[in-house]
Amino acid sequence: MNYEFDWSLLLQEPNWGWVIEGISNTVQLSLMAWGLALVIGIFIGTIRMAKSRVLRLVGTTYVEIFRNIPLLVQLFLWFFVFPLLLPDDFMRAWNRLDGVPFLTALIGLSLFTAARIAEQIRSGISSIPKGQFLAAYSTGLTEVQTFRHVIIPYAFRVMIPAIASEFLTIFKNSALTLTIGVAEITGAAKTIEAYTFRGIEAYSAASLTYMLTTASVVIFMGWLEHVLRIPGLIGKR
Amino acid sequence: MDFSVISDNIEFLMLGLMRSFQLAVFTIVFSLTIACFIAIGRVSSRRAIRYPSAIFVNLLRSNPLILIVFWFFFLVPLITGKTLPEFHTVLIAFVVFFAAYFAEIVRSGIQSVGASQVKAALSTGLTYSQSMRLIVLPQAFRNMLPALVTECVIVFQGTTIAYVIGMREFLHSTSLVAERTVRPVELYLFAALVYLVICFAGTRLALFLEKK
Repeated sequence: MNYEFDWSLLLQEPNWGWVIEGISNTVQLSLMAWGLALVIGIFIGTIRMAKSRVLRLVGTTYVEIFRNIPLLVQLFLWFFVFPLLLPDDFMRAWNRLDGVPFLTALIGLSLFTAARIAEQIRSGISSIPKGQFLAAYSTGLTEVQTFRHVIIPYAFRVMIPAIASEFLTIFKNSALTLTIGVAEITGAAKTIEAYTFRGIEAYSAASLTYMLTTASVVIFMGWLEHVLRIPGLIGKR
Repeated sequence: MDFSVISDNIEFLMLGLMRSFQLAVFTIVFSLTIACFIAIGRVSSRRAIRYPSAIFVNLLRSNPLILIVFWFFFLVPLITGKTLPEFHTVLIAFVVFFAAYFAEIVRSGIQSVGASQVKAALSTGLTYSQSMRLIVLPQAFRNMLPALVTECVIVFQGTTIAYVIGMREFLHSTSLVAERTVRPVELYLFAALVYLVICFAGTRLALFLEKK
C-alpha cells in the first residue's frame, strides 16, 4: 500500500467550501428533521395509546408502513413518485420551488424517524405506572389533558436517552439524501474523492464530522439525563 | 397507472431481489460470527482486549453505513492492489459495519445471563472458553433472539444502500426498469410494497418471539 497523504488539500478551494457546505447541510437537515419527527412522533405515539380503536389503528398503520420500508426507498418515493401524483398545477409549483432535494429529504427523513420515535414514545408511555393515569383522571383531567400535562412530560424524561439516540440516527441517516442530490457531508466527501482521488482525506473529513457529533451528543445527553432525572427512579448518577 | 410493466419485467426484478437476499444472508452469517468474538471481548476483564473491541464498535456505530461503503470502495483496492467484484467489496463493508451492531446485541445478551451461571460453569471445571460456548452463549442467544431478528430486518433494509455503488440489487433493478419504461410510479410503489411485506413479516416474527 503506497499512499501519499496530503491533508492540506481539504483546506484548498473548492474542497474547503464543499466541506463547510456539507457540514452545514447535514446539521441543518438533521436538526429540522429531528424537530419535525419529534412533533409527529409524539403525536403518533400518543394516539397509539388512545382509548379509541380507530385512532390506535391509524397510529399502528403509520408506524408499520414507515418503519418497514427502507429509508432509501422512501426517499425515492418522495422524490420520484410523489410529485407525479400531485395535480398538474401543484406539480408545476412544486418543481419551481428552490431546493426541492432538501425539502424532499426533510419530508422523507422526518416521516421515517417519526415512526421510530412513536415506538419509543409508546414504550415510554407503557412504562408509566397505571396509577399515574388513574390519579390524573381522578383529579378531573380529560384524556387529552392527562396526556399533555402528566403523561408526556413524565414519559419524555424517561425517554431522553432514546430520543437522543434518534437524533444520532437521523444525523447518520441524512447521509442517504446524497442519492437525491442534497450536498451533505458524505456527498461532499464523495465529490472531493472523485475529483482528487484522495479518499482517505476526504472520507476522514466526513467521518470526523459524524464522530465528533456523536461524542458531543452522548456527553451532553448524559449530563441532561442527570439534571432531569426523576427522583426515586433507578438511574445512573 | 399500468401495472403490466411489473409483470413484463418480473424476472429481472426478482433476480435483483435474490441478490438483495444473498447480500443480507451472507452479511448476517459472517457479521454475527465476528460479533460473538467482539462481544466476548467487550465483556473481557483484560483491558488490552476490552478497549480495542469497544473502539471498533463505537467507531463503526458512529458512522453512516453509506460512508463505510465508500471507505471500503476506496481502501480495498488500495490495500489489495486489485479491484474485487463489487459484491465482495460491499459484503466486506456490510460485514464490518453490522458486526458492530450485532456485537452490541450479543453483549447485552451475554450480560443478561447471570454472573452466577459463569461461576457455576467454571466451578464444574469448564475452562473460560468452554463455559462461554456451552453455557453462556446458548442462554444469551435465547434472550436476544427478538433483537437479532429485528437487526436482520435492518440488514435487509440496509442492502438498498448497495444501490449507491451500482450493485444490481432489488432497488437498483427497480430503478433501471423505471428509467427504461418511464413508469417510476408503478415500479417504486411495487418495490416499496415488496420491502414492506418482507420487513413486516420480520418485525412480526420479532414481536412473536418477544412474547414467547
